[in-house]
Amino acid sequence: LSPLQVVWSMLGNRQFCSYKMTTKTQNFCRNEYNLTGLCNRSSCPLANSQYATVREEKGRCYLYMKAIERAAFPRRLWERVLLSKNYEKALEEIDENLIYWPRFIRHKCKQRFTKITQYLIRIRKLTLKRQRKLVPLRRKIERRENRREEKALIAAQLDNAIEKELLERLKQDTYGDIYNFPIHAFDKALQQQDAESESESDAEREEDDDDDEDVDKREFVEAEDNELSDFEDMDKLETSSEEEQEEEEEVEEKASHSKSKGKTPLKGPARRKRPHIEIEYEEETEPSTKTKAA
Amino acid sequence: AGEGSESVAGDGAGPPAPERVLFPPTFSVSEIKNKQRRHFMFLRWKQQQRKEKLALKKKRKKEREALGDKAPPKAVPKTIENQRVYDETTVDPNDEEVAFDEATDEFAPYFNRQTVPKILITTSDRPRGRTVRFCEQLATVIPNSHVFYRRGLALKRIIPQCIARDFTDLIVINEDRKIPNGLVLSHLPDGPTAHFRMSSVRLRKEIKRKGKEPTEHVPEVILNNFTTRLGHSIGRMFAALFPHDPQFIGRQVATFHNQRDYIFFRFHRYIFKSEKKVGIQELGPRFTLKLRSLQKGTFDSKFGEYEWIHKRREMDTSRRKFHL
Repeated sequence: LSPLQVVWSMLGNRQFCSYKMTTKTQNFCRNEYNLTGLCNRSSCPLANSQYATVREEKGRCYLYMKAIERAAFPRRLWERVLLSKNYEKALEEIDENLIYWPRFIRHKCKQRFTKITQYLIRIRKLTLKRQRKLVPLRRKIERRENRREEKALIAAQLDNAIEKELLERLKQDTYGDIYNFPIHAFDKALQQQDAESESESDAEREEDDDDDEDVDKREFVEAEDNELSDFEDMDKLETSSEEEQEEEEEVEEKASHSKSKGKTPLKGPARRKRPHIEIEYEEETEPSTKTKAA
Repeated sequence: AGEGSESVAGDGAGPPAPERVLFPPTFSVSEIKNKQRRHFMFLRWKQQQRKEKLALKKKRKKEREALGDKAPPKAVPKTIENQRVYDETTVDPNDEEVAFDEATDEFAPYFNRQTVPKILITTSDRPRGRTVRFCEQLATVIPNSHVFYRRGLALKRIIPQCIARDFTDLIVINEDRKIPNGLVLSHLPDGPTAHFRMSSVRLRKEIKRKGKEPTEHVPEVILNNFTTRLGHSIGRMFAALFPHDPQFIGRQVATFHNQRDYIFFRFHRYIFKSEKKVGIQELGPRFTLKLRSLQKGTFDSKFGEYEWIHKRREMDTSRRKFHL
């Protein structure tokens, strides 16, 4: 009984082999010189005196061969041959090195070599593309930042800040004459009088006030906010509101409290109580002075 | 032993708590071994503390009222914003140097109304559903913006194409594990590039009590609390995303609010109920940004010249020091 037979019958089959990995359907061999990766009688490097493998190191492929003459010298057991970079030439080299060797080993060596070259090609291609850089998250820092963000959110009081800013802008007249609140216009009138501006503007302002009061009493409703409907209305009303146009006011009668498109959260669907009248006095022109807070 | 002047029954439902509980000075609630009794005594002790505190408050209030005008001014509680370490790069509104800088930096053509903003929004490779939807919503919020998918294209090669097609800004939303978590904002004709960490992204459907969809009107922009020089330049970057003339009929406002280095983005529709009251209703997505780095030129991770990088070791040492 040859010693290798013994090796196989003991280690491979029955007793413990540290390279053997069993799974439900297969037995694998973890030995680095194994040709196929499976645990078989014919592919066990320990139990075969004449054996060969192909392995790659740093992108170059080597052919490793084991001969029975060197079985007593573990250090010199595996002979290494560098294979050429050219695929066909390397195959020929394998063939000429493993001439007279069993067909199985030759075939498997070439197959393994093919696989290795394929994955080396893929590595080279991938490194040329954009690599995704993975930056590890640090848990403590993430937690800290999240907590600080929550606290900053609470401290920010966003709704209040936004409302304040909008009211500021209203006060500073960035919206021009779109919104006409009585007290607001009255304040403006006072300022105008204090500054002793031209009487024309005073007259305009007073007429403005009159219109405002009318507006509040009559409660006009502008149902649609689309620009299309604006144009439609203007076409209808150009003829009817000529008087107003002559005065050249830039009063836009879509009073803010009558808009129904952007509903405030409080006044929900209760908008439609008022009659559905669309009356517009004037064509709107965008006030030319707009300031943008930076 | 040492239970005070009250005797407490074992089941804890002892005699009703008197007005004033007297504890001998060497007594401590934690020394009682019985858990129920200990708990009971602790509750009693707590109640007493609360009463004392309330009494103290009332007394102070009375004293304050009694003094009337002569009362010392109310103490202002310390907040982080109050205690903020003074940053020497805080922008003074009248600073000439800053004004000059701003007149000549990369945003000058925008602020001089020579260019109209045109935004390109894209993502990292293979975006998942959430990111895609977020991009779409962002595109509705920012006027004149287009979403393009990045099918594996390199940013460096997209940028010259964008410049050729007259885009002024590029937004790249980075995604990780199916949620967007980073934002790169790059002003295109060789403008600065800012890289943000994005968090708390809420899509429109996740916002409670939201209104209808944002319309096509140009929104107004609010930029709050950008005080330092760095904050100023970031604020201008955000301002340059939106066209100059907001359409007030739309009554929409986009807010970038900086608080403690976190920039909160919100999109609202407002309505003036009177001259002192305004109601706002949130539409649109919301997210928070934290600046990670600001780079001089367009996006270039290897050879870029960084104006500002967040260095954790140096910059996160003090809780009261902020950079924006």
